[in-house]
Amino acid sequence: MAIRERLSGNEATAVAMKQINPGVVAAFPITPSTEVPQYFSSFVADGVVDTEFVAVESEHSAMSACIGAQAAGVRAMTATSANGLALMWELLYIASGSRLPIVMACINRALSGPINIHNDHSDSMGARDSGWIQIYSETNQEAYDNMLMAHRIAEHKDVLLPVMVCQDGFITSHAIENIELVEDDKVKAFVGEYNPEFYLLNKENPIAVGPLDLQAHYFEHQRQQAEAMKNAKKVILEVSDEFEKMTGRKYGLFEEYNTKDADVCVVVLNSTAGTAKYVVDQLNEQGKKVGIIKPRVYRPFPVDEIVDALAKFKAIAIMDKTDSFNAAGGPLFSDITSAMYAKGVFGPKVINFTYGLGGRDVKAEDVEAVCNEVLKVAETEKVESVYNYIGVRE
Amino acid sequence: MSKELKTVSPDFKWNEKIDGAGPGGMITSAGNSHLFKTGDWRSMKPIWKEDACKQCLLCHPVCPDSSILVDSETGKMTGIDYEHCKGCGICVKQCKFNAIDLVEEGK
Repeated sequence: MAIRERLSGNEATAVAMKQINPGVVAAFPITPSTEVPQYFSSFVADGVVDTEFVAVESEHSAMSACIGAQAAGVRAMTATSANGLALMWELLYIASGSRLPIVMACINRALSGPINIHNDHSDSMGARDSGWIQIYSETNQEAYDNMLMAHRIAEHKDVLLPVMVCQDGFITSHAIENIELVEDDKVKAFVGEYNPEFYLLNKENPIAVGPLDLQAHYFEHQRQQAEAMKNAKKVILEVSDEFEKMTGRKYGLFEEYNTKDADVCVVVLNSTAGTAKYVVDQLNEQGKKVGIIKPRVYRPFPVDEIVDALAKFKAIAIMDKTDSFNAAGGPLFSDITSAMYAKGVFGPKVINFTYGLGGRDVKAEDVEAVCNEVLKVAETEKVESVYNYIGVRE
Repeated sequence: MSKELKTVSPDFKWNEKIDGAGPGGMITSAGNSHLFKTGDWRSMKPIWKEDACKQCLLCHPVCPDSSILVDSETGKMTGIDYEHCKGCGICVKQCKFNAIDLVEEGK
């Protein structure tokens, strides 16, 4: 029987890490992710994990230590937010380019300035092309479940890429929710032993990691990395299927909510999808045909599947909890519209809403306004404004 | 010990598996630097003058590229490995008997 608990998103993440029992955790505290290593270090102090906890002096060192540890031959994990992720920047690329399956909890927070500690997606969205698999989580349960699946995905021989499991800072990271935990022994069996083919501490087969790689070979290695990201999609689905068999909880590349009879759709990540479900339930009762698509896997971007799911709608509103400052819409909007164009899907009218920056409260009325706007676009077949903001005072 | 690296050629295709290399440019057969000919990096060339050499062998431990050739049986220096010598001149600098000249490459 699963264990019923009530945990914050951070605590749920730390409990998942405890059950995974990695070789090394190296982390530096930064709000709102601080509690993850804080809870985890108490597990280390209590002797319930075998992990070497490295209290580094910066996030640059945290990711460096994870890279060293993973290359040496153990599972390495970390957690961070916002500027901490930004300080890891160059190492994110070293980790993915060196094909080290490190797992990170990214507790999403606004990337200052001006300084702000609250939730939006400007941190992980900036890292969307760093070669990390990105999985987003609506609830504490999803953050926990995604963490349990992360190593299986990262370490698959066709993948070998690091994974970032994202959840909304404070909104889920600090809010306590009911949660179903998987038993320790089942997690252990599901995650399995880490047996890398090559590792630095193997004296039988010495290797060099991260050597100089110039014009003759670098491009081929990048091409291999690109293929690994493509392969990840299939592996994520396989691992999610296996997870469903264990827990009954079903995960795909994205979640469709009330889309079956819908004319229009709102695409939204993480915790706001929960608010949107509440709103859409009410609107559906009023006969308004609106559904939700909540991407779970953002990298690799599920081009074919998401376009197939979106093609039937008359209009789509894509919500971005970050501003790309490019005068051309947020990252989710850019990715989805370019995917639709590339797949030859020109039917739906698509509009973009930037929302919730710096932890601005996202109310049901805000999502309702987005729904009503996209319903209006469908009805009138006219887009008055492609790039919009919701929740900003104007 | 590790396998011998079979190829250091730039010809392999991205989706070909090659012996001695792993994901992310990892080198899975260590101890292969002798296969990488660095001699053509050289702009200055050390010239060993056998007549002046006292066989003290102090040049051997200071050479960063193991390019001072020593006969393993006689224990004597026999020359310089120009396939790997980068012409750094450390051997020249430390030689107590002016037994190695450093000249411009190609002259």
